[in-house]
Amino acid sequence: MSETIHIVKVGIADMNVVRAPNLIRTSGLGSCVGVVIFDVMKEVAGLAHVMLPDSSLARSKIMNPAKYADTAVEALIKLVLEAGGRKGMLKAKIAGGAQMFSFPSQSSDMMRIGARNVEAVKWQLNRFRIPIVAEDVGGSSGRTIEFNPQTGMLSIRTVNHGIKEI
Amino acid sequence: MDDIHKLNGTHIDILKEIGNIGAGNAATALSKLLNKKIEMAVPHVQIAAFDEIMELIGGAEQVVACIYLRIEGDAPGNMFFVLSLEQAERFIRQMTGDETFSFHEHPTELGQSALQELGNILAGSYLSALADFTQLALYPSVPMLTVDMIGAILQYGLLELSRVGDYAILIDTAVYDERRPEDSVNGHFFLLPDPDSFISIFRSLGVELP
Repeated sequence: MSETIHIVKVGIADMNVVRAPNLIRTSGLGSCVGVVIFDVMKEVAGLAHVMLPDSSLARSKIMNPAKYADTAVEALIKLVLEAGGRKGMLKAKIAGGAQMFSFPSQSSDMMRIGARNVEAVKWQLNRFRIPIVAEDVGGSSGRTIEFNPQTGMLSIRTVNHGIKEI
Repeated sequence: MDDIHKLNGTHIDILKEIGNIGAGNAATALSKLLNKKIEMAVPHVQIAAFDEIMELIGGAEQVVACIYLRIEGDAPGNMFFVLSLEQAERFIRQMTGDETFSFHEHPTELGQSALQELGNILAGSYLSALADFTQLALYPSVPMLTVDMIGAILQYGLLELSRVGDYAILIDTAVYDERRPEDSVNGHFFLLPDPDSFISIFRSLGVELP
């Protein structure tokens, strides 16, 4: 009996978890960072589409943990553990954090947001002792990423550089 | 403004009028530049979740040519002029007389700077009309051109809004060449004001705040 493969889509400032043979993907990462946390032996993976580095930037009372690096990594770990991932076996792959526009002067902090997002995600992963086994960050191109929890491969599509796997 | 769901019909009409006035001015400038009649669609004001915004504009992965500028001053925000690649190539060919221009095979610097200049002129005329209408001081940054996935580009317009919530108010006005109405969805002005800017805009026009 053949199983149908579903692709779980993760929106902006959103997160979800997936089990093999299904795939998980998020589209159009610019300055945002896609964080994948997975346990390849258990064939389970979580993906968060992080928009901002720090929840202290929030001005809202309603908290969306997937939006900020500091809350997303912690919440994502919880999701992956609940789905069968094992503590100590988790690994991460990250992609995104581009600077789509290069403003000459007067560039505000928000314009550098891609680099800040990458930095914040890395800091959080380090805090929870999750090794980053592959990354494709920075640059000036948008990315669409798709993760296969069975193989542990992250496929990255950009407009100018085609598709690559890390 | 923390609760955009309190906006009523009057507020939406005001925002539509902003799209009308801004894009109307820009369409006139475009019409002079290309020496042909440019029409403008009725503006849409969309209050939608970030992901819905991406769907409304045709999906985050769609590749477009986009001129982006940041608005500073009394009502900060972000402005995007978005074209399909085909339409952008057509504009460039008409403006430069270079019939071979293409983003894939022949992306000359002259062609790209022509498009950047088009963005400059259009964004400038949109903003100056908006500033006249509201009597607000609005200063555009240098417009930047990029060709990439629209989701990756528009994220910049959602950053300030994302600090307040997961919804955006998008003022969308399409412009098109009246002889080619089939392309009407291709040239779009998107205005994404920062959260507090709505207060400045409504106040400047003497409309009661939500």
